[in-house]
Amino acid sequence: MAVYLSVKELWRGRGRFLLISLVIALITLLVLFVAGLAEGLGSGNIEYLSKINADVIVYQENSQLSIGASRIDRSKLGDLTRLDGVQAAGPLAFSSATIVLPDGRKPLDVSLIGVEPGKPGEVPVRDGRSFESRRANEAVIDRNTALRTNLKVGDTVTLKAVQGTKEEFYLLKVVGLSDGQQYSLRPSVFVPDITWDKVRPRSGPLTNDLTYNVVAVKLDDPARTKELVQSIPQNVARVEAADLVTAYKKTPGYTEQQATLETQRIFTLIIGVLVVGGFFQIQMLQKVPQIGMLKAIGARNRTVASAVILQVTLVTMIGVAIGTAFTLRLAANFPVSVPIVFRANSTAIAIVSLLLIGPIGGLVSVRYSLRIEPLKALGLGG
Amino acid sequence: MTTALETQDVTKTYKIDNGVIHAVDGVSLSVKAGEFVALVGPSGSGKTTMLAMLAALLRPTSGGIFIDGNDLATMDEGARARFRREKIGFTFQANNLVPYLTTQENVELMLRLNGTLDRKGKDRAQELLVRLGLGDRMKNLPSQLSGGQQQRVAIARALIHNPSLVLADEPTASLDTERAFQVVETFANLIHEQNRAGIMVTHDLRLTQYVDRVIQMRDGQVASVVDNRAEIEERVVKHADDHIWKDSKCCPGAPRQWRCEVSHGRLRTDE
Repeated sequence: MAVYLSVKELWRGRGRFLLISLVIALITLLVLFVAGLAEGLGSGNIEYLSKINADVIVYQENSQLSIGASRIDRSKLGDLTRLDGVQAAGPLAFSSATIVLPDGRKPLDVSLIGVEPGKPGEVPVRDGRSFESRRANEAVIDRNTALRTNLKVGDTVTLKAVQGTKEEFYLLKVVGLSDGQQYSLRPSVFVPDITWDKVRPRSGPLTNDLTYNVVAVKLDDPARTKELVQSIPQNVARVEAADLVTAYKKTPGYTEQQATLETQRIFTLIIGVLVVGGFFQIQMLQKVPQIGMLKAIGARNRTVASAVILQVTLVTMIGVAIGTAFTLRLAANFPVSVPIVFRANSTAIAIVSLLLIGPIGGLVSVRYSLRIEPLKALGLGG
Repeated sequence: MTTALETQDVTKTYKIDNGVIHAVDGVSLSVKAGEFVALVGPSGSGKTTMLAMLAALLRPTSGGIFIDGNDLATMDEGARARFRREKIGFTFQANNLVPYLTTQENVELMLRLNGTLDRKGKDRAQELLVRLGLGDRMKNLPSQLSGGQQQRVAIARALIHNPSLVLADEPTASLDTERAFQVVETFANLIHEQNRAGIMVTHDLRLTQYVDRVIQMRDGQVASVVDNRAEIEERVVKHADDHIWKDSKCCPGAPRQWRCEVSHGRLRTDE
């Protein structure tokens, strides 16, 4: 009976209900875009670290777990590798660079990451091969770099870096292509560590004193991560350690960015609840005599309330479906440079929360419908 | 004829700041199956309160209400709602119909509420509508019907589920005279044909020409009963005409107990 009443009313008033569905679709668009932006910006910041083949990141002591502020020399590698539970340690060096593209195309700023071949921190290559040596003039580009530059395995990439007061250009052969490995909101280019020291921006001449930012440590047993995070600083001088999650949450701006976007998402959902609730409450107020009549002829409270909930849910589902379809269609046409990523998990959570705004917003109407008294609604006074 | 409705000393009181109001005060009446009764009286006489109690919408403060032998006083809210949809048919002054259901769907609504809508029920709904002159309006929405047609649909809905008792609260309140007579005449014919017990609350005494008995209420009590057709014509219907003036205002200098209302171009006086 509830299904019958709600569907009949929806059909007869389809124009009116479609309007609120479209409003919900717009809210869906906003929420999904904010979720996608959060995911995209988050990825852009920490994608490399979240996928790294290591369990612990080791920083310079008192660097506040900031990669940019940390400096570690190569001697620490041996100290770390000798620790019980450590399988391997790979040094990582970070800077930025610019890829110069032919045909007058706009140069692309990238994260330039130096890794030691064969050690933790080197990215898995899905096309091509990894580095031959620590000095090789070779590069592995990530998927994002490839998409934006059209570079592929076998091509030569031109890196520009300011060294001293001059712009220097280096030609590197692209030997491998990895999946997405963004860092610091930029696509990434990986080079062997000694090559990195040669091609990176610097203020003075090249020295033989290669200093890294952090060390990626792979453990024999990842279950011992917490234990090693605590024991490493006790056994290796002047370092501090963090697990991966802590490491990427400490990436500058990551937490603030995510918190801001999450706040936007929550407020948009609250607005959605209020909009849907307001619409259905207005509908309910207009239907008071009708509901009073239904109760007077014997309709159960349960039937009336169920019809309201069903209607709210259907209208919301239609709106969310339209909004989701439109969002995904729109996003498919965005250029690669727009940091919007739809992952199954975060998108599903956003959609479920959107589906709930209807029933939550409609609760006031449901409660109101339960409290309608047939006598008062029909004006059957004494 | 069997007794379909019986009330025993029914009372409804309301507490107010400085006392108690007896909206209905010790009313005992009975209505047989096949009998059509008019409940009349001035505003505030308790007839609508009485109707609400007969419809199981309002609990009496004391006294018993028996419909087909079922004591409404012993029923909880759920049982009363079930009783209303199974045993009682009701038409209201307004807002009778569900605006998004067609004429036929509105009539079938009672059967749907009872979970008894089948092919036979649909056929019966169609037959009733044809009988009421609405055979060509079955697919129309209420907004596409006149006031009289809407009331006839409401009558069909009130009768479709074979209730024991049919109640009508001012069924002609928003109708012109000609339509009002048509509706009530049809109502009365169906009550008699289907052997239901029917009670109609009305201000318009001219409509009592179609009923079998007139019960007049005043101050919450039964003031008089006229159960003879000839007497009804002589004492009630004829008396009703004396109080109709079109396009008049309240009589200046009228006795204090008279209250004047202007409605639809008619003056209806209460004494």
